[in-house]
Amino acid sequence: MIGLSAVLVMLFLGRIAGISGITWGAMTGPLSERGWRAAFLLGLLAAPLLVLALTGTAPEQTVPSSMPGMIVAGLLVGFGARLGSGCTSGHGVCGLARLSPRSLVAVLTFMATAILTVFVLRHLP
Amino acid sequence: MTLAGGGLRLTAGFAAGLLFGVGLILSGMSDPAKVLSFLDLAGNWDPSLAFVMAGAAVVSFVGYRFSWRRTRPVLFDKFELPTARSIDRPLVVGAALFGIGWGIGGYCPGPAWSALGLGDPGTLVFMPALMLGFWAAGLMRPRG
Repeated sequence: MIGLSAVLVMLFLGRIAGISGITWGAMTGPLSERGWRAAFLLGLLAAPLLVLALTGTAPEQTVPSSMPGMIVAGLLVGFGARLGSGCTSGHGVCGLARLSPRSLVAVLTFMATAILTVFVLRHLP
Repeated sequence: MTLAGGGLRLTAGFAAGLLFGVGLILSGMSDPAKVLSFLDLAGNWDPSLAFVMAGAAVVSFVGYRFSWRRTRPVLFDKFELPTARSIDRPLVVGAALFGIGWGIGGYCPGPAWSALGLGDPGTLVFMPALMLGFWAAGLMRPRG
């Protein structure tokens, strides 16, 4: 479904379905590009409601409970995604689908640092 | 752009966002605990999200080539694809920092949006921090 969505965006809108670019562009991009981006974000926001309607149960999740941790995580993810021109969707799905060498480097880099971070946080004393 | 054309773009955007979000939720990408156990190779490793991401990339690979057989997308005049080619310092440093944040919180931007309505306090503080991070990166890289 994630792949189909990325294809919908390409076929109908001719754009990359990168969530970081869509998020930031919905607020700061050219006016002609803001509408579909804001609508995309509304669709993301509405997704749990559709899941609830389809399955009859609300999605379950467990979010880390450290508030300082989540703030640092948000800052790093936002800063890194914009500096690095993309996140998991832009580089990981759309970029790899385009066989972009930049995206391959980005994906290998963020997978490595994410795995290392989890290792340090969970397995080092 | 006619009014009808604008409405169709909004409809396509909304439908794609909804599909994307449902995909994230059903696959478990919007559950940070599942993402963190996917990243935890040394623990109880859960590889299922690798198949989710690879599957999405493969579907996109095929669908993109189908889409590009057209001379233009259905609702815009032309395709707008990234043109940067160089593997430079901002790309690598940005991706590295992104990965550290992803490894701490278990959230990347899409899943955080689709989980916002679930109202977990961690998500509610992650989102404003994410926006602040986007904004701060613009100070480093004016054309971003």
